[in-house]
Amino acid sequence: MGVLKFLVPAAVVAAGVGLWLTAPTRVDPDRYAGLTGDAAAGEKVFTAAGCASCHHAPTGEDKLVLTGGQPFASDFGTFYAPNISPSDQGLAGWDLVDFANAVTRGVSPEGQHYYPAFPYTAYAKMQTQDVADLFAYMQTLPASDTPSQAHDVGFPFNIRRSLGGWKLLFFTGDYVLPASPEAGGERGRYLVEALAHCAECHTPRNALGGLDTTRWMGGAPNPSGQGTIPALTPDKLTWSAEDVAYYLESGFTPDYDSVGGHMAEVVDKFSKLSAEDRMAVAQYVKALPALD
Amino acid sequence: MKKLITTAVLMAGLATAATAQDLPAEVKARQGQFRIMALNLGVLGGIAKGAIEYDAATASAAADSLVGVSMVHQPTLFKEGTDSMSVDGTRAMPEIWDNMDDFGTKWEAYKTAAAEMQTAAATGKDAIGPALGKLGGSCKGCHDTYRAPE
Repeated sequence: MGVLKFLVPAAVVAAGVGLWLTAPTRVDPDRYAGLTGDAAAGEKVFTAAGCASCHHAPTGEDKLVLTGGQPFASDFGTFYAPNISPSDQGLAGWDLVDFANAVTRGVSPEGQHYYPAFPYTAYAKMQTQDVADLFAYMQTLPASDTPSQAHDVGFPFNIRRSLGGWKLLFFTGDYVLPASPEAGGERGRYLVEALAHCAECHTPRNALGGLDTTRWMGGAPNPSGQGTIPALTPDKLTWSAEDVAYYLESGFTPDYDSVGGHMAEVVDKFSKLSAEDRMAVAQYVKALPALD
Repeated sequence: MKKLITTAVLMAGLATAATAQDLPAEVKARQGQFRIMALNLGVLGGIAKGAIEYDAATASAAADSLVGVSMVHQPTLFKEGTDSMSVDGTRAMPEIWDNMDDFGTKWEAYKTAAAEMQTAAATGKDAIGPALGKLGGSCKGCHDTYRAPE
């Protein structure tokens, strides 16, 4: 009885602390108050962030109809990109703060955690004006009425609340490398670590699916189960900065093999950015610390 | 007994090595045609980047070679049963054979881009860059769907 007297309150407190710790963290709405989105500028953010690569329909010819439905296999189950077009099945009815919470905090308007297959851990570093511009641009895209498909994720990963714990462990919102002029400056780092979310595929993950930042851009198994995603670190990637920039522009490797797989989508986006942006990314890549 | 196991292991090793080298002729041929493409793209890319000096004859020879490859009848090389699941040493995904019409359309895109490069190569250095972009787009267009990752 004496033990119970202690244990019951302790359990209640632990559960309370657990709920508090795993509760969704939202953006401060004041940071978005008074911001007006510019759709034309938002198109560039949209391109650099590669939104369409994952959210266009698997068979869709028009890659600006963000119907969703592409499957993303992982160790935890298969995630399906949702509909993010401006329809009732997508983002209709959202305001900028809803959008900012989704993109930079991984929290839905209903207060549910999103799975980190959606790279909000990278987008967390997105500048508020870019978020507003992106939101404005996405309103101009075609609407699709196809409902989003449920993720195919087993217990215990299907408990969304558990993602609060995941976020506590792995979601810092901080940059990994310091910005420097030789490493593409602030712009290069912003493109690589925030918008283009390169590390999501090029950095290996730990057993819980968090990025292993000690092996930053060190290459990783392909989550599709086929082959590997190459390392970008100088111990592995011997291309010059010009080679990297040209690859991002044309899709040609220095020996004129061509880009393939999901990276073809990525190059398609980079080819639409400016030459300065591509060079900034290339310099960031060339300045990566070598791994063993 | 030990000898037997050792022999078996060695033979198994030899057998694996042999499979890797004895690719079907169709696979060798298609890998060869992609190498011909890469070498000639290298010449045109070098010109576009300014690493190789432009002259019409060099550029046209490279572009003509690309057009030549584009005329090779692909179904002969992409023979049934030579996909990445059936043969070790190819990255041609089985989806090619499920979508032969689409695969053919994608090859046509390369054919068109190669023909445009022929015109560009004869025109001058500045025309080559954009034509290369289109060629690269046709490579990506197909590799995005039908080439397995390394």
